[in-house]
Amino acid sequence: MANVTFLEAVAQAQREEMARDESVFLMGEDVSGNVYGSSGGLLDEFGPQRVLDTPICESGFTGVAIGAAMVGMRPIVDYTIASFMYLATDQLVSMAAKSSYMYGGQTHIPAVFRAAMFYNGGIAAQHSDRNYSMYMNVPGLKVVVPSNPYDAKGLLKTAIRDEDPVLIFEDGNLWGQKGEIPDEEYLLPFGQANICHAGSDVTIVAIAARVGESIKAAEALAKEGISAEVIDPRTLVPLDTATILESVAKTGRLLLVDQGHRTCGAAGEIAAMVAEKGFWNLQAPIKRLTAPDMQIPFSSALERGFYPDAAMIALAARELFEE
Amino acid sequence: MCAAVNFNISYWGGMSVDQSLLLEMYRRMGLIRHFDEAVQKLFNSGRIPGSAHLSIGQEGEVVGACMALREDDYMVGNHRSHGHPIGKGAGVNALMAEILGKATGVNQGKGGSMHLADFSVGSLGESSIVGSGLPVAVGAALGSQMQGNDRVTLCFFGDGASNQGYFHEAMNMAALWKLPVVFLCENNGYGVTTPNNRAAALEDISARAAGYGTPSSIVDGQQCLEVYDAVTEAVERARRGDGPTLVEAKTYRYHHHSEGPLYDNMTYRSDEELAAWKLRDPLLLFREQLADSVAVADLDRMDEQVKQDIAAALEFAEQSPLPEPEEAYTHLYRTPVAVNEGELSNG
Repeated sequence: MANVTFLEAVAQAQREEMARDESVFLMGEDVSGNVYGSSGGLLDEFGPQRVLDTPICESGFTGVAIGAAMVGMRPIVDYTIASFMYLATDQLVSMAAKSSYMYGGQTHIPAVFRAAMFYNGGIAAQHSDRNYSMYMNVPGLKVVVPSNPYDAKGLLKTAIRDEDPVLIFEDGNLWGQKGEIPDEEYLLPFGQANICHAGSDVTIVAIAARVGESIKAAEALAKEGISAEVIDPRTLVPLDTATILESVAKTGRLLLVDQGHRTCGAAGEIAAMVAEKGFWNLQAPIKRLTAPDMQIPFSSALERGFYPDAAMIALAARELFEE
Repeated sequence: MCAAVNFNISYWGGMSVDQSLLLEMYRRMGLIRHFDEAVQKLFNSGRIPGSAHLSIGQEGEVVGACMALREDDYMVGNHRSHGHPIGKGAGVNALMAEILGKATGVNQGKGGSMHLADFSVGSLGESSIVGSGLPVAVGAALGSQMQGNDRVTLCFFGDGASNQGYFHEAMNMAALWKLPVVFLCENNGYGVTTPNNRAAALEDISARAAGYGTPSSIVDGQQCLEVYDAVTEAVERARRGDGPTLVEAKTYRYHHHSEGPLYDNMTYRSDEELAAWKLRDPLLLFREQLADSVAVADLDRMDEQVKQDIAAALEFAEQSPLPEPEEAYTHLYRTPVAVNEGELSNG
């Protein structure tokens, strides 16, 4: 086992897959310079074509990745910041997501699109998006939200070998977090949730950095005699509905914790799924904790409190037991 | 198919072209014309849902450009998608079946008229989002460069697409990385009903190539061989690693942007203008050019063969089954996942 940061785990996945398969290459703005720390050493090992710096043109270089994928390459596109994906959204939606279907399976797009979410850090409205939910609404894309170094590496390796376009939303607040990963190779399958903290009284489904906060909340609740089960879906598309429904069947209570906005968000989608398929197991109304439907302010005095932390999660869980 | 007679001839361009190549050009131009005339009839009789954008009038530049490619080269097109794959050598049966939404269609009924791409002949997609194919073509060329093969990618786009940001981004990256791509602007003068001079400050789209240090040329898009010459030179440049070229073909569509009553009473272009361009019909011009080198009887035989091929394609398409409803749920992903198929309610 090795104790590595989230970002080191990402870097390992990229290096291992590039060494394994010469069709895998990395592209994006400033990737050769390793500005953020996920591409260190790759330039020396693989050269400038496979660690390809692009001009600042997200829509164009996303199209380039898609075209390269059509002819047998496996690009990993690094957007650095998830907010920049909006420039590329026509290509992601109209080309990446639709080409396999629209051309009747004649082609497919094995490409990975990595985007980091930097929020709660004073970078204001245009750099703080947590926008995975938008892309859940696009059939043809797969949406991955790792919450720790082990998952980040295993899910990224799976994404690179997947034959379809995969969007990986990395929580920038977790990049420096350390965790144990095995020395031997491993991959994590898509569509398999992780039960991070077993419990029997309330189910907490949390996304990305909210998973850690929810585990802390579960530990606090345990001291009060409330047994909380924390589930990390790991991938939002495909979503492991079975694990969530089984947990709710056991606990009868569901709390969703999501740093994304509230309306049409991942939390809302999971809530609707459980309301449709697990309603008769519920002993209390489903509860969502999300960021407000508000733009992200610059001042920490204003942004503080936008994202559910352990105390807020514990409080919300307790409320599920009130009559 | 007519017997290939492999002697070399010269034509006005000074380049020697194999006679069988000339006949193949003539055949493909005829196929596009007759294919689209058949589509027009189907559309007018209500057999085709949605829209149909015909290539009639533009066959010269489509075929001239495609025939400059090798079979294993790539081609990316756009919403006016019927001509491009035929130009690249696609069989017409699966294309016609696709137009009618049949299971035997090239996209198994999932793409339709705006997306007739036949990947088996290197046609990498016909996208109906204007301009979006430009960076995809650059990506295919990047792939070829990385894989160390010498394939070239030809990208068709219109005058309208040249005003999208995609055009700038694609030209810049292709030039920056010296990628083997040929940009073929089909300048037919109009984006739907807006004339190019109301959409762009410069008349010639090719002038923009200088901004990327990319060579460019303007050709008469009604003259198949003129396009063939320019694109052949561009393909050679791309194949030897010297980067992209922009070729602007001045052409015209004889039909409106798309079929249907929407444009019936539109006055965005004059009858005189249309009539003048019809005098320069690419098929007629090409036939005249071939008169000295190909026997009229051979051309007539080819015309007859093309008509039979289109009739057979119509027959094939008509006789083909519709896709089974459950096929609506296939091809979304290549690596399968459980898909939420929704719950349909009909009350």
